[in-house]
Amino acid sequence: MFHSLGKYILLLRLSFRKPEKFSVYWEEIMREMISVGIGSLGIVAIISVFIGAVATVQTAFQLIGSFVPKSVVGSITRDSTILEFSPTITSLVLAGRVGSSIASQIGTMRVTEQIDALEIMGVNAPGYLISPKIITGIVMVPILIIISVSLGLLGGYVACYASNEFSTTDFINGVTNGFNPVIVTVCAVKAIVFGFIITSICAYQGFYTSGGSLEVGQAATRGVVFSCIMILFADLVITELLL
Amino acid sequence: MIEVKDVYKTFGDNDVLRGITAEFKPGKNNLIIGSSGSGKTTLLKCIVGLHEPTKGEVFYDKENFTSMHFEGRVPIRKQIGMLFQNSALFDSMTVEQNIKFPLNLFTDMTKAEKHDRANFCLERVNLEGKNKLYPSELSGGMKKRVGIARAISMQPQYLFVDEPNSGLDPITAILIDNLIAEITEDFKTTTVIVTHDMNSVMGIGDHIIFLYDGQKWWEGSNHEIAHTDNKELNSFVFASKFMQAARDKL
Repeated sequence: MFHSLGKYILLLRLSFRKPEKFSVYWEEIMREMISVGIGSLGIVAIISVFIGAVATVQTAFQLIGSFVPKSVVGSITRDSTILEFSPTITSLVLAGRVGSSIASQIGTMRVTEQIDALEIMGVNAPGYLISPKIITGIVMVPILIIISVSLGLLGGYVACYASNEFSTTDFINGVTNGFNPVIVTVCAVKAIVFGFIITSICAYQGFYTSGGSLEVGQAATRGVVFSCIMILFADLVITELLL
Repeated sequence: MIEVKDVYKTFGDNDVLRGITAEFKPGKNNLIIGSSGSGKTTLLKCIVGLHEPTKGEVFYDKENFTSMHFEGRVPIRKQIGMLFQNSALFDSMTVEQNIKFPLNLFTDMTKAEKHDRANFCLERVNLEGKNKLYPSELSGGMKKRVGIARAISMQPQYLFVDEPNSGLDPITAILIDNLIAEITEDFKTTTVIVTHDMNSVMGIGDHIIFLYDGQKWWEGSNHEIAHTDNKELNSFVFASKFMQAARDKL
């Protein structure tokens, strides 16, 4: 385990060496951002709307009929969406979608000698292949999570609209009242850390693939599994530290 | 000139290379031959720095390549072109983008100059007009030729070729051999070719090194190989009845 951790840290160090030519790396970053950002927008939108709607309906189920004001449903939905549902569930989904793609792409390049070809040319292969992906992760995952929060709250609103139990006015009152900005800070920190975890762990798994197509698949699976575990672990640590 | 001095390479308990010392002559086609598992590709990877030798050194024009760090090796690597066994073209790039890739990273050429250079390289390997195709749209022989075009795009001083004829039909294999020989002559490169194809050995083998069981077993030219009395080399070269018949007629 310590051997793998050491290799991971060394790979990260190699990844952030001075680029051979900044313009080439910049192009690569832009390409990755479009691929990760636009490519993941659909799945993030779908899960966010449903998560927001379900969170609202389930919270309402717990509280309706009690002496608690109905607007609390909006507050709880807002806080749980910003603090937990959007960053964590979106990141777990992105680990599956983006992470497996990174691990299999780099893994395939390894087993088909494309990484060797880069090294022969004198290109810093970890820098060229991994750093644009990590930068993309820590920029695009937070943007996707901001979109996810907005769509989650929209999902909650739609659920209220469709329900006879409580009104959309109560929901909006709940969402807008008693807002504590620290939850946005926690959400932003989680988003950046999760973006880094997904891209760096999956890139590491892909980069050290050896063998053939079977091993590429195994590397992608390992990348997703380790990313998911590390996301949940980091989620706990960040929550403990910042709240 | 490339020199290999007393190179050993071990993977776990497996001694793949056992004290190889050799020189690869400038402007010539230097062939490394041997049966499967003899250490040919491992030796090639030690020479280009994809494997670090367990012991021993590799010199490029008297510069000790083995002792250099990553940054120190970059100037030498810019003079190296390599064709891989499976071509190793970048899947996500077109033929032209593959050829222009090292130019984008290591030169200050303008877009027009890079385009011209890519066209020159494609013309050199007889693939004019294939600029926009992706590797998945090419045949095995075309991939090899694009691999050669990419390898020569930086006008390398050293050209390394790993199994250039694997998976190719005999006619395409001869075309690739001839192309490599022409490039060696035209660009005056030190070319190192790993192969076990006897057509390549007899056709373009200016200088041949035969590996056996991780050691250099024989060294000579394609003219000398037919008359050698080295038992292991004879059994490798004249393994087929066709080659035995050819030898009897000599």
